[in-house]
Amino acid sequence: MVDLTRRFDVLVIGGGNAALCAAISARRAGASVLVLEGAPKFYRGGNTRHTRNMRCAHDAATEILTGPYTEEEFWKDLLLVTGGQTDEELARFMIHESKDILNWIVEQGVRWQPSLGGTLSLGRTNSFFLGGGRAMLNALYRTAEELGVDILYDAEVIDLTVEDGMFLSAQLKQPVGGKTEVRASTLVAAAGGFEANIEWLKESWGDAAANFLIRGTPYNRGTILKMLLAKGVREIGDPTQCHAVAIDARAPKFDGGIITRHDSVVFGIVVNKHAERFYDEGEDIWPKRYAIWGRLVAAQPDQIAYIIFDSTVVTSFMPTLFPPIAGATIAELAGKLELDAAALEKTITEFNAAVQPGTFDHTILDDCATEGITPPKTHWARRIDTPPYLAYPVRPGITFTYLGTRVNREARILMKDGKPSANMFAAGEIMAGNVLGKGYAAGIGMTIGSVFGRVAGREAAKNARN
Amino acid sequence: MHGTRILQEADRLMTVCNSCRYCEGLCAVFPAMEMRRAFSDGDLNYLANLCHSCGACYADCQFSPPHEFNVNVPKTLAVARAESYAAYAWPRAFAGAFARNGLVISLIAALSVAAFIFGFAAVNDRGVLTGIHTGPGAFYKLMPHNAMALLFGLALLYAILALVMGVRAFWRDIGKPVGMTTDAKALLQAVRDAGELRYLDGGGVGCFNEDDQPTDRRKLYHHFTFYGFALCFAATCVGTLYHYLLAREAPYAWWDLPVVLGTLGGIGLVVGPLGLLGEKWKRDRVLVDEQRMGMDTAFILMLFLTSITGLALLLWRETAAMGPLLALHLGVVFALFITMPYGKFVHGIYRFVALVRYARERQMMAE
Repeated sequence: MVDLTRRFDVLVIGGGNAALCAAISARRAGASVLVLEGAPKFYRGGNTRHTRNMRCAHDAATEILTGPYTEEEFWKDLLLVTGGQTDEELARFMIHESKDILNWIVEQGVRWQPSLGGTLSLGRTNSFFLGGGRAMLNALYRTAEELGVDILYDAEVIDLTVEDGMFLSAQLKQPVGGKTEVRASTLVAAAGGFEANIEWLKESWGDAAANFLIRGTPYNRGTILKMLLAKGVREIGDPTQCHAVAIDARAPKFDGGIITRHDSVVFGIVVNKHAERFYDEGEDIWPKRYAIWGRLVAAQPDQIAYIIFDSTVVTSFMPTLFPPIAGATIAELAGKLELDAAALEKTITEFNAAVQPGTFDHTILDDCATEGITPPKTHWARRIDTPPYLAYPVRPGITFTYLGTRVNREARILMKDGKPSANMFAAGEIMAGNVLGKGYAAGIGMTIGSVFGRVAGREAAKNARN
Repeated sequence: MHGTRILQEADRLMTVCNSCRYCEGLCAVFPAMEMRRAFSDGDLNYLANLCHSCGACYADCQFSPPHEFNVNVPKTLAVARAESYAAYAWPRAFAGAFARNGLVISLIAALSVAAFIFGFAAVNDRGVLTGIHTGPGAFYKLMPHNAMALLFGLALLYAILALVMGVRAFWRDIGKPVGMTTDAKALLQAVRDAGELRYLDGGGVGCFNEDDQPTDRRKLYHHFTFYGFALCFAATCVGTLYHYLLAREAPYAWWDLPVVLGTLGGIGLVVGPLGLLGEKWKRDRVLVDEQRMGMDTAFILMLFLTSITGLALLLWRETAAMGPLLALHLGVVFALFITMPYGKFVHGIYRFVALVRYARERQMMAE
């Protein structure tokens, strides 16, 4: 039994990668730590359950990484995906710290493996967790428990008492035991984003948000973020910005995870509900442009689109959870997708006519392009003419949100007046917007979580001692 | 569509897993799965027998129950594996032995022991059965050596024949995509993988059994059991060679090779099965193929009885209990031999064959 009458040095709200890294680093620094995870034990860890790798800088190849990935290169990649919408000081700090995280996380019991089948393009930059994100979480929880961190599940925080930027206590609500006031010298907020809160998404996306699928945990409702912002914490990031990819429209509303994704866009065309193309499917090497398709589909009517291809490319991409919908003719396929058959035939006929001869190679920006249609398909354009014709319906799948709390490089929360909070820290998705203004690079969410979690725990422990 | 409901479920899971692949570093099952995009009955039986039931993929899976995708690979493959034993059994008429295996094995064991006791009593007069016999040839006062060698040789030959026929059917079924051949390199690799139980390891973390902590000791107990069994078998072989080549008759002195091998093996076959039984008792029910508990338990108990009766015989061989103990031991061993093709024993054979296939596939992919 956890003694809730005592005053803890560090209270961690959340139970994912950032929360556990914070709890472990605070405990290793000598602090007493309580972790409040809002989800039941099986669903512990928020979106970390669904992750598989982390992007860390390293100067040389390792047993699991195929080559060096310098801090500078990491920084350039970040600049590219965010279009410059990042805090350079924090980002460079995170990238520098990420080097040591590669080892530190192993000391916490996590194991690495070489990149997974189907993810060869990340073999140099990203380190993969042996057994995936839940295995990583299990290791962190095991370590935290061995170190004597107190952990409660189904532990929902319904209010925070904050005075002049100073955290005093949290109001805890449990299914058994009811409400309890939990006191602690410092707070680490690592409770994730608000992507599972459709009403909140609607505030900035409008009704379109009703058609979004949430790839991860249904427990990320942003309640802690909302409380903090209401208590005078400075916010960062655009509420419409998030990591969103196109996922199978047949996926469950929540928690479908990695297996609902599609990486077949570059092999076909993508049409909306009017059977019209709307974006260059061959813009860049997959998965560099993987993360733009969620927003692109979100901007289409009814937030639905269809990846259309033919039988010649079925084995060119990873096998999928949901089988493709098939038609012997384009009209039959259109019927199954409930699209206008004539419109789909017209789009495909025009596309096929625009395809220019070239040498197909999906590993490079090849010379297979269209001419004379808008939008063009600038690479990997091949005629769709070999039945059966196949399609995947896709919707925006929201992975995580970027609106969050402003922090400094101690992971300390900044208040609206710009002053650092006396004893509040934040790590993980709840402060991802400091580094990720928009866009996404594979594995960077975990980097943010581990680096700032570790820092937040260390600083909170130091803060609690003083 | 697949032949059975469990293969249908295995297919569903492999489709889920093949679009995830997070577990590919844990064992051989997932890399083998990744070499395929669709799964035939043979493919699924191959994957099922490749699985060592370490439980890591269940503890690591974000989609395991209560998640709606309900992914429970260890249990599903355990059921499919057990059903595959029946499917490949030879002759086909005996496939039913797997259905209520615990009962079948117990009955055969009891009958076999009874047959030896009555046989001894019928052939020998009372004085011989309960008499004290020492020195070379003491055992053969109760049963002539040639009769013993013939009976057990035939039982073993039959078991080997039935196992080979089963393996043949299995091998044909899993033949694709690499063809029917294999080579010495793949065989050697499989011997290594099986010998060290490479895949009963959770990818290096350790195995899972009673909870989500990798604290399982099944690997250790299995080593005791397997190497104990191997030592006992070696003891029998050496004894036979002694008899026919050197004309040295059992029982042998405690320091002689057959007795040393048999004693060490016997100890392994006591510690191992008891440990395995304990672990099985503790195992998280969510991972357990409940219907096959009888089969697993029966085999473990048969091994345990083999060793315990053998050790008892060693301890009391110079007393009046030798006759009954010999009948008991021979009865258990005879039952073990003839039930080998129709019980849990086959798991080792099919898993080894699956490992050979896997080693071969890896080679072909690398080439």
